Amino acid sequence: MQIPYTIEERPDTGLNNSKLGIWVFLASEIMLFGGLFSAYVFLRMAAPAGDFAYWGSKLSIPMATVNTLVLISSSVTMIMSWVSLKMKDFEKYKMYMGLTLLCASIFLVIKYFEYTGKFHHGIYPSSSTFMGIYFTLTGLHGLHIIGGMIVMGYFWLPAGYKMWTSEPEHFTNRIEVVGLYWHFVDLVWIFLFPILYLL
Amino acid sequence: MSDHDNGHIEDHIRVYLTVFGALAVLTLLTVAASYMDISTTEAIFLALTIATVKASLVAGYFMHLINEKQTIIWILTLTFIFFLFCMFIPMITVIDHTSLS
Repeated sequence: MQIPYTIEERPDTGLNNSKLGIWVFLASEIMLFGGLFSAYVFLRMAAPAGDFAYWGSKLSIPMATVNTLVLISSSVTMIMSWVSLKMKDFEKYKMYMGLTLLCASIFLVIKYFEYTGKFHHGIYPSSSTFMGIYFTLTGLHGLHIIGGMIVMGYFWLPAGYKMWTSEPEHFTNRIEVVGLYWHFVDLVWIFLFPILYLL
Repeated sequence: MSDHDNGHIEDHIRVYLTVFGALAVLTLLTVAASYMDISTTEAIFLALTIATVKASLVAGYFMHLINEKQTIIWILTLTFIFFLFCMFIPMITVIDHTSLS
């Protein structure tokens, strides 16, 4: 069965179905992370004074700053990969999508060193309330990075070229939709960075 | 944003790069601000303000929300109301004066 309105806009919504779909999904994602942010506020308010700041000071601000810059860069390369497809330049798309995947990998490698550094010092999610919510939030965010990489990787491999040659407009919309998801993952990190590392 | 902008693609790229620069500067700014000698309340206010500006830039320009269709704007407005509600649930613990003892 062919999914309708993947290229042309649906008259009643004014959007193609994939775009409406991803935004409804992202709305549910806002509530998923919203629930956890709410838990963070609740736990912070109930914690003894200075407890969150004390455990937060054990995290590496330089590593997280670099990771923030890496994710922002990946958002730019992501949008450039879509722009390249709009300009019908598949080679450029491949390059920018490759760079996005590279940035995502760098983010995960830095995160890996952060996590193992903590474990090495005997710090686990069970160590404190702060560490519990820290590992929950960053872990869920990390899973979103991995999820995005799987989809982006699929479109980067030869399967992407096949889709591009058979249905270029449909493929361009797919990359736009993946991009919207990726920017959302970046957006979540923009809030995680200050509340976990800086405050 | 759809096909009509193909002619202005260079302008769009310039906007994306400007937003990227702004995001990088704001990231460094928020790190610098965290070392300032200010009260916790002020620090939280400052960090969340910078984060909100950064998030607005990403949502507005990278996710094209500044000129997106009404359907999406309404979905997000509704979601945002629920999100705010979610954020204020912990406040109930402050106004609840009944003690357990």
